[in-house]
Amino acid sequence: MSVKTLKIDGEMVTGRAGETLFNVAWDAGISLPRLCHVGGLSDVGACRLCVVEVEGQSKLAAACVTPVEEGMVVHTNTERLREHRRLLIELLFAEGNHVCSVCVSNGHCELQDLAVQLGVDHVRLRYQHPKRGVDATHARFGLDHNRCIFCTRCVRVCDEVEGAHTLDVSGRGASLKIICDLGEPWGQSETCTSCGKCVQVCPTGALYLDGASVGEMEKNRRFLQYIVTAREKREWIRKG
Amino acid sequence: MTPEELHQRRDKERAKRSTEEDHLLCCTAAGCLSCGSEDVLHSLRDAVKTTEANVRVSGTGCLGLCSKGPLVKRESDGAFFGGLSPESAAALVPGRADLVDRQTLAEHRIEPTTPFFALQQRIVLENAGRTDPERIEDYILADGYEALSKAVTEMTPEEVLSEVKKSGLRGRGGAGYPTALKWELVAKQAATTKYIVCNADEGDPGAFMDRSVLEGDPHRVLEGMALAGYAAGASQGYIYVRGEYALAVQRLEKAIRQAERERILGNRVLDSAFAFQVDIRVGAGAFVCGEETALLASIEGRRGEPRTRPPYPPERGLFGKPTLINNVETFANIPPIIRKGGDWFSSIGTERSKGTKVFAVAGKIVHTGLVEVPMGTSLRTIVQDICGGVPGGGKLKAVLTGGPSGGAIPESLLDLPVDYESLSKAGSMMGSGGLIVMDDETSMVDVARYFMEFCMDESCGKCIPCRAGTVQMHDILARISRREAEPSDLEMLAKLATLLKETSLCGLGQTAPNPVVSALRYFREEFDEKLVKHPLAENTSRTASERRE
Repeated sequence: MSVKTLKIDGEMVTGRAGETLFNVAWDAGISLPRLCHVGGLSDVGACRLCVVEVEGQSKLAAACVTPVEEGMVVHTNTERLREHRRLLIELLFAEGNHVCSVCVSNGHCELQDLAVQLGVDHVRLRYQHPKRGVDATHARFGLDHNRCIFCTRCVRVCDEVEGAHTLDVSGRGASLKIICDLGEPWGQSETCTSCGKCVQVCPTGALYLDGASVGEMEKNRRFLQYIVTAREKREWIRKG
Repeated sequence: MTPEELHQRRDKERAKRSTEEDHLLCCTAAGCLSCGSEDVLHSLRDAVKTTEANVRVSGTGCLGLCSKGPLVKRESDGAFFGGLSPESAAALVPGRADLVDRQTLAEHRIEPTTPFFALQQRIVLENAGRTDPERIEDYILADGYEALSKAVTEMTPEEVLSEVKKSGLRGRGGAGYPTALKWELVAKQAATTKYIVCNADEGDPGAFMDRSVLEGDPHRVLEGMALAGYAAGASQGYIYVRGEYALAVQRLEKAIRQAERERILGNRVLDSAFAFQVDIRVGAGAFVCGEETALLASIEGRRGEPRTRPPYPPERGLFGKPTLINNVETFANIPPIIRKGGDWFSSIGTERSKGTKVFAVAGKIVHTGLVEVPMGTSLRTIVQDICGGVPGGGKLKAVLTGGPSGGAIPESLLDLPVDYESLSKAGSMMGSGGLIVMDDETSMVDVARYFMEFCMDESCGKCIPCRAGTVQMHDILARISRREAEPSDLEMLAKLATLLKETSLCGLGQTAPNPVVSALRYFREEFDEKLVKHPLAENTSRTASERRE
């Protein structure tokens, strides 16, 4: 397998052919902001937060879906990128109903963390206040559509890791919605195995364990690494 | 059918035609159908039955002058007749002039020498007014499948490719990627299974070029696809037609059946070793499915969402196989290129944009309809000379090209030659070819808002900038048009425009801000005029002046 050498933020790094910029940067200790990427699932390039500047290319590239190439010179943290990322986060806050003070994930939320990290202290856009509803029909889990950012991690983990494909996306644009099966209440789903993987990969408080109160919903994603290592390397060892 | 049989069929049809006195062709494209051309066609057929005259009456593809429909063309003198009622149309049949007085008929007559027809050059639409789209014999008579027969008997796939390369043809879907380069990419892939896909998901508001070609000359598209299949080494084609084009689907189905029955398509194309078949896939109303990766996902039966490129479809496309995807008009240009040669084609147009382009002209204009002109023709020629300018003496303000991905070109720039480079330099794009004409009563703020609303409704929602950004941009534009926005909103509008352009996943989001950006570039004062100053700013100025007093 051939090795590619490139420069990320002035640092020489190497990656294997076919590896994504995101992963190579991650290995080099550069963590890019992201909401749709999660290690162990396929990449869709939907949140656009990991966009980077590649010298010689007029367009910005989403690092999670851009394979590394020999001689690339990449900048991951310019002022232009920071401004874009801030605005993207603001768009998410304005689009749904994200009220941290009453959210189960307060303090353990990736959206909240990114907002803090990127210095989003207020939203310059109009809040849309959509009426989206909550699906609390499942015995163990809840789905609060108001907090959903459509990263589709839950859809992918359900399909790719659990193999159930209970969750999917319906509608388009502003009326996008995560649905169970063909739009049934979650509690009536015949395909859901109640494994709870979707809850654990959800970056916000949209998916939560029933009974969690404000700030109590901490997600644990280690199972993903365990399953993926087992599948790829045949090593059934839980690390860390 | 062997190539010899094809020629025999053509000669037979030609002999049959030579005995006929006249040929009346009634437009049966969507525009004329909607103003009653079907009744006109029936009335013509009935009238022919009452006379001894040997006259052929048939339907035909879009004659172009849609605003004057229903249209009939008389072959003997090339004259057009517009706005016909079924009764007055019957008088066109030789020997039945008694049905209406001569004066009435003369009023309907439109000379082929009028600028609308005389200034056009037709390649893609050459069969409109010549053939009946529902009869394969008509297409064969008009040298149809001649190019395919020539290719499979006399030419190697490489020769077909080099002929397309010589022609300099560029993709007619909007972006203008050189067609031959794309074909070459697919041709050199080693995979045994490859696909040809025709993008007929025409969705720009005000654009109906592809629709006319599909409805008026479906065999031409099939022949273009078969030639692409021969050059690229593919034996399966798909046409992805938008669901709203029911008539186009119906005519295509008929055309495919005819071509398969005559063994022009199928396992042995024109008795050669080349196999090619075409299937239709009908869209379900999503604009984003016109984006090539979303279109392919839709054909595969998945959710019509775009994915990141690369890999581009020529590398990994439909079902993971190398796929050549071109627009309807691009395929429609292929048969004449192979028949008459690439050099002939490249002699038309400008240095970098070859051939002709079909435009659908709509809006505040005297002649709405379809216009085909050589590349490099100025917008002024199209709008003023061919289409007659703004009706009622109104003042022309701007021409919108490229639909929701394009932009407005102000009156002062109308002498711009129409080609890919000039249009994008002016902040618009060729797009698929819709031209919407605006007069001075049109508010550019409303135009920008309308197109943003379109993009907002049509965003698939996969990526944040397009899904949420279009909502916010539309919100600001709506507030500007209601005179509720402040100068800071305009700044945010510009910021969002940059964000969408630079970070969106696919072309829909990347080009969605174009109408806004171009309106701001050329008509900024219309936006400024509608802004409200912040009340605080006014208050402070007042107190300052009061203090001075």
